[in-house]
This record gives sequence, structure tokens and C-alpha cells, in this order.
Amino acid sequence: MRILIAIKYVPDTDHIRIDETTGTMVREGIPGIINPLDLYAVEEALCLKEKWGGELVALSMGPPQAEAALREALAMGVDQAFLLTDRAFAGADTWATAYTLSRAIEKLSPFDLILCGERATDGETGQVGPELGAMLGLPVITYVSQIVDLFPPSNGKPGLICCRRLTEEGYQVLKAPLPALLTVVKEINEPRLPTFAGKLRSRRATITHLALGDLGLNPEEVGLAGSPTRVVKVFYPSLNRDTMLINAPPEKAVEEIISFLQIRGLL
Amino acid sequence: MTNWQGIWIVAEQWWGELKQVSFELLGRARRLADKLGTPLGGVLLGHHVEKAAKELIYHGADQVYVVDHPSLAQFDSDVYAGCLERLIREKRPAIVIAAATTTGRTLMPMVAARLRTGLTADCTELDIEEETGLLLQTRPAIGGNVMATIKTPNHRPQMATVRPRSHPPAPRDPSRVGEVIRVDFPEETFKSRFQFLGFEKLDEETVKIEDADVVVCAGRGLGKPDNVRWVKELAKLLGGAVGASRPVVEQGWLPYPCQVGLSGKTVSPKLYIACGVSGAIQHLAGMRDSRFIIAINKDPRAQIFKVADLGIVGDVNEILPRLVRRLREIKGNFGE
Repeated sequence: MRILIAIKYVPDTDHIRIDETTGTMVREGIPGIINPLDLYAVEEALCLKEKWGGELVALSMGPPQAEAALREALAMGVDQAFLLTDRAFAGADTWATAYTLSRAIEKLSPFDLILCGERATDGETGQVGPELGAMLGLPVITYVSQIVDLFPPSNGKPGLICCRRLTEEGYQVLKAPLPALLTVVKEINEPRLPTFAGKLRSRRATITHLALGDLGLNPEEVGLAGSPTRVVKVFYPSLNRDTMLINAPPEKAVEEIISFLQIRGLL
Repeated sequence: MTNWQGIWIVAEQWWGELKQVSFELLGRARRLADKLGTPLGGVLLGHHVEKAAKELIYHGADQVYVVDHPSLAQFDSDVYAGCLERLIREKRPAIVIAAATTTGRTLMPMVAARLRTGLTADCTELDIEEETGLLLQTRPAIGGNVMATIKTPNHRPQMATVRPRSHPPAPRDPSRVGEVIRVDFPEETFKSRFQFLGFEKLDEETVKIEDADVVVCAGRGLGKPDNVRWVKELAKLLGGAVGASRPVVEQGWLPYPCQVGLSGKTVSPKLYIACGVSGAIQHLAGMRDSRFIIAINKDPRAQIFKVADLGIVGDVNEILPRLVRRLREIKGNFGE
């Protein structure tokens, strides 16, 4: 089994503070980390490798600092990491990101499975996974909460994967041939912490950088130039409401809640 | 670019029944279509969906494109994406919007990828730019701390998914007339690489917190799993669903489908009651757009109070049982 895990480098939301007076986000000095939802994809890949053997490759696109996210994956046990980094890649929307990743994956192929987190905690679009799958022409299974069964390819017979995916109404259970692309939800596993040896190995590991030319791409098909969408404006919504704060004995508090509900027709 | 005309919504149905979000999409898109002076089309993919097609017209569609096939009975990313892509290439709508549900958020990126066009996820506001007629798509990012307005100037169609419950549903008018257009595709369009083995419905308690009018959320302040029953009881009395903060799910008091927040679900019900939830920024990201928010927490400085309309400083475990009792009395008086 050869598995690719797509990873994003995001600001650590645990460290984002809201400015009390302006209600805006304080971003200065926020450290970057691996997208927390990608840890579940890494963990699932590690479990599959433990069972079936093979090689795990982590791939990310971002500034050189994004190496930090890949090193977290390496510390957990991923074998190899590649970073797509080039000034020309900057400002990419989800389409251009997925396109650049797809071209890199074609270069690094073959893979039996591509795993992604459900979405990133900064952009929160969840679009790059399914876009990537469609560009690669793979079966796309989103919101996977369990890999029920997997049969790696053998003797020229294609592999097979059986998954449960979480939808609004319940769990859909389905089977698809490999290679396939999966996006996984948090429910799928409990990501391991890196071991000391893992951290040491990760620190020494070489992360291969790939630039525009390495992927045989033109500047106009990547980054902002290759992005169909444009950001027109960015603004900060006000977070605060006119809070009515009640500090009273339970009976009194209950009456406050009841009257709040009644006045607004919520009962 | 001028040969791309009209605005479409992609309806969602569940075994032939339209989901509420389909009417929300129509409500939103009707206004945009009127502003642009273009017809509003509905796309309906499914099996045995004749009745649903009419309902889309009653709720504001001018045309409904129906693709009816057994392979479309439940969501299949191969077949759904294949049909929508084909329909868009043939009819060339200028704008396509769908719901930001597990279906919409899978289908739309796949189609946008193949059409090489822009897609904006989980919009809470859509508008038309006066000078250009372009779709302005506004969405929250980084846990709702930033809002961005996005457009797709040079690619067609302009595509967006829209957050459920971010717009009121279009009213039903059975006197509205429109055209139901059955679309036939060659059989190979319906070929899938997937095989469906079953469907496990979520149990009543965890079902559809995204759709609920009322969400009562359990937080760590409940102290022990046994106290979650008061949250369930309150949700039941208010006809709502049970939500959970991350620590509550991590401790196994409630299952993951209940989780509200950055690594769970985003909800915007009419009423959100946070019970012993501290209000980490990741949690606020998942519920701050609720119409009314009540928070109960011991700590007067808890972040949750920042987004609450009514904040109750007190022990949630003393308040909830009393609140449940009071509500039972009130409901009892009305003979329910």
C-alpha cells in the first residue's frame, strides 16, 4: 500500500485571541501548526500501514514555514514528505490549490489511497479534498467515519475499500475500488502523539521542496493567477451581543429564562 | 460569457421528500433572479421525484430540470457529479448554488473542479454586484472571526454552497406555474464505481442538529455524564436537538455527530442554549450565528457570555432540573 496524505499548515486557533474592544482577531505571533483535522488522516494512514505495510507520503503546499506541519506528520511516523513551495503558488484559491496538488500527486504516483482531513480550521471550505479527487478522476468518499474493510490490490486485481460516511441523516456504508480519495472526520480515530524517537527522526528528515518548474506548470495556472475566485473585501463581524447577564438564585434564573423565551415566542 | 444565463439551485431530497434547505435556497435565489431579471431554475436529482418537482415550482422555481434514475436514489458522488456537470455544460446557467450540506459540499467541489470554475463554500450571504451583475458571495472564515466577500469574475458558472438556515424558506404558492423538464442522459452517465451496502440512521437524539430549530448544548460544566439527561430532557420539551461541546464528546458523554464547533458541526438554530459550555473560540465558531443564544455558566467571565443574548451566571446542575420542571408545568397547562 502506498498512501498519500494531503496536509495544510494553519494558524493555531488555540492561540487566536479576540481583541476585547474591537472584537477583531489578534493574529500577530500566532504559531503555525498542522491542520488539527489532518491528524486524523495521518493516524488512519499509520493504522493502515501497520496492518498492510507500505509507504506513507505527506504532501503540503505553502510557504517554507509549512515544513513545520509536515514535520509533525513525520514525527507521527509518516515516511516521506514533500512541500510545494514557490512564490507563484501564493494566493491560490481551492481550485488552484487542488490543481497544483493534483499535478504533484501525478508526479509522485502511484498511490493506492489519498487521505485528507475533512476541512482546514482556517479556511473551513472542505473543498480541496473533493476537488482534488475529481481532478485525479478517483472515486471520492467524503466524511468517512470508519474504514470498515480494505483489500489491497493483489495479482493485478484492483484493491477495494469499504467505508462508513457520516451524513446528516446517518451513516452511509459503501464500497469503492482503489485507488480512491477519502476525506475523514474526527470520529474515525484518536490520533497518536509523536514519540521522542519520532520527533528526533522528524527533525533530521529531509523535506523535498517542489517548485513550479519541478511540476511542469505555468505561472498562469497556479496561485492567484490560476484562481477563478477573487476576494473582493474582508471584514470583521462584531462578535458581541447586548448580553443581559443575570446573577440570581436558581428559581429566579429559571423565571428569567422562561420570560425570555415567552417574550420572543420561543415557547 | 454572455451565453451563460440564469440562476440555478440544486435541490436536496431524501427518498423523494424535499429537504427544508431546498426551500431556503429557492427563497434566496428568487431574490437574486429578480434582481438580475433572469429565470430561476431548480435541479432535482433523484428517483421518483415527480411530486418534489412541482413543490419546487410552488416555492419559486420557473423551471425544474429533473433527472430521475434508480442510481440517483441516494447520494452517489460519481453519478451526482456526472449528471450535474453534464446538465451545466448543456444548459449553461450563469450561477449555480447548492446547500452547504455533506451532499452539497461533496458534489459542488467535484463539479467545479471539472468545469474549471470558482466555488465559494458555506456562504451566509449572497448578492448581485450592481455594475457587473456578478454574484457576491460572503462567507465566514477562521471560526467566523473574519468575513470575506468573494466573486468569480471570469469563469462560469459562478458557484457557491450556502449554509443551511441562513435564509428563511420561500413561501409555498400552489398557484405558481412553471415548467418541469425531464432530462434524459445516456445510460453510461449513471454508471458508478460505488456499491452501496446499507444505511444506518442516526438515532432520534442525535439526528440532524443542523436542521433543528432549537439546540440545547451540553458542556463540561455538567460535571458528570448522568447530568446530560437534563439537557436531553430540555431539548425534548423545546422540540429541539442535543448538541455537545468538544470535551463532552471526547469524554464519551455524547457521540461525535452531536459536536458543535470548528471540528464538529456549524448550527444556526432559532434558539441555542449552552449549558455549562465555557465558549472556547472553536465552539463559538459553530453556533454564534444562532438567532437567540442563552448561556448558563458558573463563571461570569466565561467567553460564552460574549455571544449570548441572555447569560445566566449560576450552577447549570441546579438550574436545569428546575427549568425542566417549570417547562413541564407550562406545557401541561396548555394540555400538551
